[in-house]
Amino acid sequence: MSNQDIKTQIKTPHTASTEESTKSENSFSPLVDIFETTEAVTVIADIPGVIQENVEISLDDNILTIHGKMTCKQPEGRVVLEEYEIGNYMRKFTVAETIDRENIEASLAGGVLKVVLPKQVPAQPKKIEVKMG
Amino acid sequence: MPIIRFAERAPFRNPWTEFERIRQGLDELSKNYGDRSQKQDRANVFPALNIYEQTDKLIVTAEIPGVSNQDLDISVESETLTLTGKRDNALTKATPVSFHRREIEAGTFSRAVALPVKIDMDNLSARLVDGILTINLPKAAKATPRKIQILSE
Repeated sequence: MSNQDIKTQIKTPHTASTEESTKSENSFSPLVDIFETTEAVTVIADIPGVIQENVEISLDDNILTIHGKMTCKQPEGRVVLEEYEIGNYMRKFTVAETIDRENIEASLAGGVLKVVLPKQVPAQPKKIEVKMG
Repeated sequence: MPIIRFAERAPFRNPWTEFERIRQGLDELSKNYGDRSQKQDRANVFPALNIYEQTDKLIVTAEIPGVSNQDLDISVESETLTLTGKRDNALTKATPVSFHRREIEAGTFSRAVALPVKIDMDNLSARLVDGILTINLPKAAKATPRKIQILSE
């Protein structure tokens, strides 16, 4: 991939579809990759600047919510250049597959959050042998 | 061949019309150039930077999630700060997967910024925490402002 292909990732402000924030703090939609294998659905989200304790993931009625609270302080001084803003992260997804809620795993490394939602193992179809009478 | 109809010409030729025409031409030219520079701005390479200036130093911060220390290269040459790096795709290609969303881009990036002041090359420091890069660039002794005492009589 050439350098020109990668554009500045402009943060998109989070648009509250269900509720509206009463606080006047910035909230952004993190960029995500979501992919599915036969075993699990994996969500990868970019939430730079959020520490592990401030990440909240919840699955409520098939709605997966990722919330990251930003604690990074903006450095003092005169702003010479500002290309990104500092704020919290918030994004919701509807998860269609039946998810094994007990075994959801999440990890955070270098500002990248990875949530693995394993699929429920379907009940094994029971085979009934037909005996010759 | 264009046919020039003399009847259309104003009976009294305004000497300023020619200047007006040139001015319009120049405006158009500069507009085109302006458009081009804007396009270059839009095609900015990742990552986005914030720069803050304090009295004795510059602080550059960048959001670079998913990039490890080893894959990142920072260099300062006179007054130009260059950031180059590489972001690996989180996905291993071995397993077949189906994507629902694909927004995170992977690949190499490079970014050069002109700094507003001269930098003390010996005392640079940078750290990468939770995907946020912070570079401390102390100003060169020449560039730090000196307070001038005002004597009152």
